[in-house]
Amino acid sequence: MTNQNDHLMGAEAHLTTVDAAEGFFRKLLNKNETVQNVVNWSRKWSFFQYPFVTACCGMEYMATAGPRYDYSRFGCELPRFSPRQADLLMVVGTITHKQAPVLRTVWEQMADPKWVISFGVCASSGGFYRNYATVQGIDTIIPVDVYIPGCPPRPEAVLDALMMLQDKVQKERRPLLPVVNS
Amino acid sequence: MSKVALDRLLEKFGDAVIESHANHGDETAIVKAERLHEVMAFLRDDPVTSMELLSDVTAVDLLGIKEPRFEVVYHLYSISKNQRLRIKAPVSEEDPKISTVTDLFKVAVWEEREVYDLYGIRFEGHPDLRRILLYPEFEGHPLRKDYEIEHRQPRIPAREGRHHL
Ligand code: SF4
Repeated sequence: MTNQNDHLMGAEAHLTTVDAAEGFFRKLLNKNETVQNVVNWSRKWSFFQYPFVTACCGMEYMATAGPRYDYSRFGCELPRFSPRQADLLMVVGTITHKQAPVLRTVWEQMADPKWVISFGVCASSGGFYRNYATVQGIDTIIPVDVYIPGCPPRPEAVLDALMMLQDKVQKERRPLLPVVNS
Repeated sequence: MSKVALDRLLEKFGDAVIESHANHGDETAIVKAERLHEVMAFLRDDPVTSMELLSDVTAVDLLGIKEPRFEVVYHLYSISKNQRLRIKAPVSEEDPKISTVTDLFKVAVWEEREVYDLYGIRFEGHPDLRRILLYPEFEGHPLRKDYEIEHRQPRIPAREGRHHL
């Protein structure tokens, strides 16, 4: 039975696309790469970030997103404003004790695998806000993969952190599928 | 600099003013707390002062410096006359309360809630006096000088091996 779209696309064109994709993955696998490496490779080049922006660091975050520094070169240009659709939580700015349960909930709502970048000294350690209101580092509440120092960090530092996270993801060994009752 | 607003206040409410000073257009009057509402109403409605805007309400904790311990500070601004006046009212530690000015200035609803939240000064007659910046389960008033500086009140426990400072 012929596909009714054959006259538009051509059966060969369809085959060629599949072949290309298959060949690409084969090439990766043939270089003594494991499936895990291929998966990690695709994960590290397509972060979907959730920007949890609370303070002045947000300006530098926007600068990094803009065309001059352009973090889309690292495959993470698309912010998702639902934690369900994101796998990279960027905590940008000061986190107060009042807000801590919200941050914790957002992190819990994200599906595995997920990573966290702590953007700026406020998120990393509380910064100069050593007082009754501020959480002294978000790692007291959620695990953090990469910390970016600076008040605010320069965009270069953010890109550096992204590359560090990519390296970290490439080296990861976690189950490809979540194992129930493991 | 002429001190129009302050002079007018001293002329009309000389007995309510404890102390006053003016320096380069920075006019301040310390008034008795029980006369505050009266004074504020006058300053708003009088055609000479016409203070239409209450730009800020705050407080000072003078622990160990002065008695009574607290001073509630009102910053008034006249848009039509372009003049400013600062009113302070002393409030004691044992009974930290003062009458509200929310009926004169709507904006005071939030400003007084902030002072209540951080200093624990009660505004009598306020329609909705509860915390505005901190969370409801917070205990104490952190801008008081005797609030323990390292005291933390986290809402969620720290992860294993970590601690809220
Ligand atoms: S680290 Fe500096 S720039 Fe960033 S949120 Fe804190 S104070 Fe603002």
